[in-house]
Amino acid sequence: MKQAISVNVNGVDHHNEVEPRLLLVHYLRDLLSLTGTHIGCETSICGACTVLVDGQAVKSCTMFAVQANGANITTIEGLAANGNLHPMQEGFWEKHGLQCGYCTPGMIIAASQLIDRNPDPTRAEIRHGLEGNLCRCTGYQHIVEAVEYAAKKTNV
Amino acid sequence: MSKYVGQRIKRTEDPRLIKGLAHYVDDIRLPDTLHVAFVRSIYAHAHIAGIDVAEAVKSPGVVAVYTGKDVATKVGPVPCAAALPDLKVPDYRVLATDKALFVGHPIAAVVATDKYLARDAVDLISVDYEELPVVVDVEAAAKGGPVVHEKFGNNIAYTLTSGEGDIDAAMNAADHIIKQRMVHQRLAPIAMEGRGVLARYFPGEEELTLWSSTQIPHLMRTQVALMIGLGEHKLRVITPEVGGGFGSKLNVYAEEALLSWISMQLGKPVKWIESRRENVQATIHGRAQVGTVEVGCKDDGTITGLRYNVFADLGAYHQLLTPAIPTLTGLMLSGAYRIPAIQMNVTGVFTNKMSTDAYRGAGRPEATYVVERAMDIVAAELKIDPVAVRRKNFPGKDEFPFHTATGLDYDSGDYEGALAKALDLSGYAKLRDEQAKGRAEGKIIGIGMSSYVEICALGPSQAMPAGGWESATVRIEPTGKVTVMTGASPHGQGQETSFSQIAADELGVDLNDVTVIHGDTAIVQYGIGTFGSRATAVGGTAVLIAIQKLKEKAAKIAAHMLQGDASSLSFEGGRYSLPAGDAPATGTSDPVVPVGEAPAGALPEPQTEGRTSLTIQEIALAAHIAKELPPDTEPGLSATYFFEPKNFTFPFGTHICVVEIDKETGETKFLRYVAVDDCGKVINPLLVDGQIHGGIVQSIGQALYEEVVYDEQGQLVTGELMDYAIPRASQLPWFELDRTETPSPVNPLGVKGVGEAGTIGATPAIVNAIVDALSPYGVKHLDMPVRPENVWKILQQ
Repeated sequence: MKQAISVNVNGVDHHNEVEPRLLLVHYLRDLLSLTGTHIGCETSICGACTVLVDGQAVKSCTMFAVQANGANITTIEGLAANGNLHPMQEGFWEKHGLQCGYCTPGMIIAASQLIDRNPDPTRAEIRHGLEGNLCRCTGYQHIVEAVEYAAKKTNV
Repeated sequence: MSKYVGQRIKRTEDPRLIKGLAHYVDDIRLPDTLHVAFVRSIYAHAHIAGIDVAEAVKSPGVVAVYTGKDVATKVGPVPCAAALPDLKVPDYRVLATDKALFVGHPIAAVVATDKYLARDAVDLISVDYEELPVVVDVEAAAKGGPVVHEKFGNNIAYTLTSGEGDIDAAMNAADHIIKQRMVHQRLAPIAMEGRGVLARYFPGEEELTLWSSTQIPHLMRTQVALMIGLGEHKLRVITPEVGGGFGSKLNVYAEEALLSWISMQLGKPVKWIESRRENVQATIHGRAQVGTVEVGCKDDGTITGLRYNVFADLGAYHQLLTPAIPTLTGLMLSGAYRIPAIQMNVTGVFTNKMSTDAYRGAGRPEATYVVERAMDIVAAELKIDPVAVRRKNFPGKDEFPFHTATGLDYDSGDYEGALAKALDLSGYAKLRDEQAKGRAEGKIIGIGMSSYVEICALGPSQAMPAGGWESATVRIEPTGKVTVMTGASPHGQGQETSFSQIAADELGVDLNDVTVIHGDTAIVQYGIGTFGSRATAVGGTAVLIAIQKLKEKAAKIAAHMLQGDASSLSFEGGRYSLPAGDAPATGTSDPVVPVGEAPAGALPEPQTEGRTSLTIQEIALAAHIAKELPPDTEPGLSATYFFEPKNFTFPFGTHICVVEIDKETGETKFLRYVAVDDCGKVINPLLVDGQIHGGIVQSIGQALYEEVVYDEQGQLVTGELMDYAIPRASQLPWFELDRTETPSPVNPLGVKGVGEAGTIGATPAIVNAIVDALSPYGVKHLDMPVRPENVWKILQQ
């Protein structure tokens, strides 16, 4: 019944036997103890569970772990390289882009992909680019400023 | 003057959150944890003829299955703390016994070794439902029809009349009476983290630890202890990181008590993490009032009286504060105005729906909406500018404390000041010109405003169901680090930062030398919690006064060590100093070994020889070593204070927005949004801006998008985020914020509170703007949410 998968998460290889129905988010949280990726809706609306699968932002609550077999995955825990905050993490801190922090990991992952694809986004492009991520606390304005901060910092 | 207070300090809690290293309930992993899943009613009203759990019990991984019968005599009912005259209080069992009264009503709990297996077993439980007639509409429920609770005979939970002044005389004295029915639709709070519970009972120690995503750890400890019959001193409630609350976690829910009890039965940790579907079904909703406002006014716009007759949709049961929420509406019906007579007649009504309770604003957004819509309707009726009507009825800034006909005394205010600033910032006169020009070009543009007042810093204990004070303990450790323990329980507001700012300034220490601990009843003295825009005004004040108490003792120790007189010592920059004249000619002013940097082992006693000053951190060390203390001085350096406010606080402000309606689609687009808010003294402007933004967006959600919809069978139509529409980044304008600052006299910090301002102030500004835009089409009022299809229909007529 269980299937063997091999996944590289945040630069570390993992080999596990998992049930085919195991969701990727549960694999990350329950088997690998990477609890920074959150679950907010289970219907791929809110984006709290966003991770990078082979560089693409994916909602890990609606993907099976077996579908990630062979993939390279980056979660929020793997975003800071060598202990230095990613510019997007820095931006969220500097600009008060978070309050309760629950949507934040997914939001940061999605936003980091956004500036990878569009290094100098307008405010409208940032808002459009984050349509798949819901935040109930901030009203998004500080998040937009955080993304602008990160884009600027990345482009220097 | 202040190094930290008043500054835009970035948050000290953020590093763990942005790295994904914080711990919400589901992130806490205990060995041998069992997982709970619920069978919930699929009907809004049904007799439960039988429950067959035989298959589920045999299902892989299942450890236990509990139904209502198993727990009815073991776990007490879900508590209601609201006390109103002749209130009918139904018996709300943690699992339904003979009847299910709303969709989502928990019927059975499955406990299994794995959450997938628990859900599998839920599907194997067969409930024999016998459907009963359903009552959904609040007005229909009040008039008759099916009865939710048979033993009460009807659906009226209570009726209440409040207000002062002769309302009939006031209406008779009016030149005009406007009357408008208004609907405040049912909303779901939708904290991004749903509820979550982890309970662990140690049978040997007979101690239970309950992790819960809540705003009120101490109140929960008291209530759950009573529900499960455990000594309160044997129950520890821990509130780890909480992913938003908005009032939905200002409650004690069935699941918290039931999981605690199950853990005691099984002797193992048990966990339940709410799914979003469960969250929309069975976490409290907000608003849900249908009322009619009548306002009497003179020809010149002077308001003579206001009457609001309202039905409040309570849902099937009372949660912690359900019946009390509409009473807050009654308190705030004077808005920012001098209204000589006010009356609210509220009827609280049972329906076959989830309970309503405190959702951000909790009864006050309804009042503000009623009053601010009414002001615009009066302005339209009298054909005068909405600004002029408001100005006509504002109390002057020298009239405070201002007594209202709702029985309150507003602490301080300058409503004209905030209004003038908002008019200026928005360029109001120019906006009206642009609107006229736009209209001439065929554009549908509207300008809306709202001058709100809110009641915050809840509140004096006399006015609260369970104490309105807040507590703090401040302790300086031997190494000079400062520990602040607050009874408030922040969940995103950033009080770890703002309370550190208060403490660091008051003690003259570095911000990073302060830690703020909250949300653990085994560590923190009893507290009330975070809700009602109270944490900083009440809890922050408790921190301030605890520090002042601590410093009285520190000054005595300093005087003893410096051989001076405590009353002549000065305290500045964290240092007690002798008066300049008393200073010896020589001597070092800095400690030999900096406090906090000494090697471990025997801590060095502060050197006093030749010193003219000592840091408060050196005094803390001396207080712990306790060899050089004044006679009869208690060792250690800590102080606890429970602050009881003498009144509420009353933040206020004016919001102005400009909208344009798309002719083709009926969609509302924001052109401008200007908010001038006055929340008294500001501890951290960055955090205040964040609170305002977030609050306004929840208002926009109510005005344009959100509604919990039950169909006529009581089925929840908006059961997921796929169909319950909270605002997205792309739907929102850029907010232009400014402030006025009118300190509150109620607390020494002068702060008023800001958590709910946006959700209280913004909704009517938005609807006023839309109605203004559509006034050429004869529109005088629209109910929320103002959906494009509703507007489109109007445009087609």
